[in-house]
Amino acid sequence: MAQSVVVQVGQCGNQVGCRFWDLALREHAAVNKNGIYDEALSSFFRNVDTRSDGDGPGIYKGKICSLKARALLIDMEEGVVNEILQGPLRDVFDSKQLITDVSGSGNNWAVGHKLYGYQYRENIVEKLRKTAEHCDCLQCFFIIHSMGGGTGSGLGTFVLNVLEDEFPEVYRFVTSVYPSGEDDVITSPYNSVLAMKELNEHADCVLPIENESLFDIVNKIHQMISSGKLGSTVKQNSLVTSSAGSARTVQEKPFDAMNNIVANLLLNLTSSARFEGSLNMDLNEISMNLVPFPRLHYLVSSLTPLYTLADVNVPSRRLDQMFSDAFSRDHQLIQADPKHSLYLACALLVRGNVQVSDLRRNIERLKPSLHFVSWNQEGWKTGLCSVPPVGHSHSLLALANNTCVKPTFTALKDRFMKLYKKKAHLHHYLHIDGMEQSCFSEAISSLSDLIEEYNELDATKGGPRTDPSRLQIAL
Amino acid sequence: MSIVTVQLGQCGNQIGHEVFNAICSDVHGTHGLCSKKENESYHDACKERFFCEEESEVPIARAVLVDMEPKVISQTLSMAARSGYWKYDDRSHFCQKQGSGNNWANGYSVHGPRHKEVIMNLVQKEAEKCDRLGGFFTIMSMAGGTGSGLGAFVTQCLRDAFPTSFILNHVIWPYGTGEVIVQNYNSVLTLSHLYQSSDALLVHENDVIHKICAQLMNIKQISFRDVNQVIAHQLGSVFQPTYTAEGGLHYSRNPLGDLMETLVPHPEFKMLGLRNIPQMPENSLAYSTFSWPGLLKHLRQMLIANAKMEEGIDWQVQPPRLGSSLPSSHSTNRPLHFNTSIANLVILRGKDTHSVDLGSFRDPSLYTSWLNPQDAFNAWKTPRAFNKYEKSASLVSNSQFLLKPLDNVVGKAWNMFASKAYIHQYTKFGIEEEDFLDSFTALEQVISSYTIL
Repeated sequence: MAQSVVVQVGQCGNQVGCRFWDLALREHAAVNKNGIYDEALSSFFRNVDTRSDGDGPGIYKGKICSLKARALLIDMEEGVVNEILQGPLRDVFDSKQLITDVSGSGNNWAVGHKLYGYQYRENIVEKLRKTAEHCDCLQCFFIIHSMGGGTGSGLGTFVLNVLEDEFPEVYRFVTSVYPSGEDDVITSPYNSVLAMKELNEHADCVLPIENESLFDIVNKIHQMISSGKLGSTVKQNSLVTSSAGSARTVQEKPFDAMNNIVANLLLNLTSSARFEGSLNMDLNEISMNLVPFPRLHYLVSSLTPLYTLADVNVPSRRLDQMFSDAFSRDHQLIQADPKHSLYLACALLVRGNVQVSDLRRNIERLKPSLHFVSWNQEGWKTGLCSVPPVGHSHSLLALANNTCVKPTFTALKDRFMKLYKKKAHLHHYLHIDGMEQSCFSEAISSLSDLIEEYNELDATKGGPRTDPSRLQIAL
Repeated sequence: MSIVTVQLGQCGNQIGHEVFNAICSDVHGTHGLCSKKENESYHDACKERFFCEEESEVPIARAVLVDMEPKVISQTLSMAARSGYWKYDDRSHFCQKQGSGNNWANGYSVHGPRHKEVIMNLVQKEAEKCDRLGGFFTIMSMAGGTGSGLGAFVTQCLRDAFPTSFILNHVIWPYGTGEVIVQNYNSVLTLSHLYQSSDALLVHENDVIHKICAQLMNIKQISFRDVNQVIAHQLGSVFQPTYTAEGGLHYSRNPLGDLMETLVPHPEFKMLGLRNIPQMPENSLAYSTFSWPGLLKHLRQMLIANAKMEEGIDWQVQPPRLGSSLPSSHSTNRPLHFNTSIANLVILRGKDTHSVDLGSFRDPSLYTSWLNPQDAFNAWKTPRAFNKYEKSASLVSNSQFLLKPLDNVVGKAWNMFASKAYIHQYTKFGIEEEDFLDSFTALEQVISSYTIL
């Protein structure tokens, strides 16, 4: 089985990453009762002998000794990473997987990308090589970062470039947290647009996330629980926002609930690659099926169900509800409504006790209300993984390549232009070595082109359909 | 003679496992409703075809398992061994780590050449274990990357390495509404390449089998395992031993050769469809009886009207009356939904097969005019009942059965190709637009040939 490496950059990246590793351990603990280091574990974890240094040779079979995450933790401040290393996950990381500095990037993409990038390039490459050497078949890098700050955004996209240069054959999946309109970082539009250009050019797939959506989901769950509308109790560990049953026990930090959602997204995304099922969906298949043109690689994701009730027997109507929810705007992880926009492609990854007939029935049911691009009218990619997530009997991850991402990008562009027209704060960027005005104009141009591609596709929506004529054979 | 099965990709391996299961449970688990001597002959013939027997061990399937990622093969091997009735040879498999990513080009141009030697070595070993090699049976889906792309490459290698052996490809047609978004591209590339190296393509469509599971087998929550078991039953009904000659004394020993001889008179026409009746839930079997005239009437109408199963058959469709029409038939002479055949094979298993009248299948109006109706139709029989069905009839048909599905797949693929969507994923691995065009051309030719029958 192939391995994946997680590169978490910046405060947001590391906080989400921390939740990811915690929940991954919880998931594997639930499945792996015998404590044997198996192929599924090896996709994200190494097994090392604790007697030798953490850098010791990996143990490939047999009992679990000590699990080490295949990860690289990068932050230009020490606070977040230090906290992780003092917390319950400290044994999962070893000191050689960290790159930290003290002063931070000051919410400045140029500091992250040009300054620290240049400074730490060699160190980054060396540490990446080390993690790659520990893999017998490295398939994918997952980058987790935010777009609005300086480190995650700037240094994160620098690492993306490095990955493309050093490991061109390995897939690059990026989970990017986009800033909301009321973001308190004034320069977040600059940082985001500069980062977007890098994502456009160097990422294989991007999963955009918006804090507002995560926040809404957290609220929705709180409301449901406190309103007492749910007849029976909710299984605590089934909440998509919960850390119950994981290493972190008591005090949940403020963003933990929201970050758990993203962590669950990554777990579900990789579930069919790690666990068995009747129709496997590997990471390279996701990229293959959902990216029809190289630059259109932004995937809107949704997770259902958000929680399960304690009673186990689930009639199939509830199963169908899960599919319906996956397409509702409340469940998307960005502020978007895929139902009213145009689908280029859609993937459904089901986990647990769901069979192909359930999948087919729901696709048939939902298809008529969705708009698909003319050349991909039946563009569905499906996967069935037998192992459900912790606390659930079944779950669904929907990934959509849909023009509903456009508003997020347009809003970003507008906020950028507001600042740029007045040249506000530009000097902070331009005085960094390697930064020029052209960086900005190229970045906004790249974003505009992307928006234009989505516009052109939208224009075809609902229009008359003329199929191209087929080849004629001379008889 | 023995058949070496090559299971390719997730689908190929999952189905292959069910096929060997079905064959084994038919031979060991059911009575057969015939004499002990008959049973023993059947058992021996079946074993020779599909299994290799070492002393004091369970029979070992003559199979090579290939996949580009490890999960499915390891599951398949362990499930087979757990059954206690048969198993795979522990060394007869090859897998990699990463999979083919549903990318035909990856399977064909990258994995194929890279692993050709290892895979062909495994095949060679299995072939050498046979006293006499009767040919190859490959199982694959068209929709993914390994079964389809690597499968096409391996078929080519088989053809090169064994130029005089028969190669039958069992191909799974994916659900019409997506399992894989690029399935139509993968299908077009697979079919066009297989057409060059294979002797015949035996097709099963997921949509059809799904309907059978839902409407005939009454399964509520249909899983891929259910689908695969129906497919395995249908394949078993074709490949289990039969007497191919009227009054034959021995079970035929060359099933693939016989199949090709009866059904594939011309290399342009290689698409074979399969129908099997009756199909019903196991617990209903005890309460049902069938008559051969009834079964054959249904089967014949299924052939003529291109019905996929024995419910919902359109009885209005009738063959045109011959007589005044010209010897070379044009499609205008026949009603549009009438299914014209090149050749048909009916296989009967169970009680009273000796007294069955098959004249209705020899009706010249069912066929094109190239072959003598006597040659265009063949029947194989055995009194030994199959898989608990007191009577079972299968039809393997080289006819217009697959014309519409083929046309659909090519149409959708062409539509997508016109927009150039996903092409960059293929060119990345060496399959260029030219290669696509060649494949489209080849398949339009096949469609055209079948249309003007």
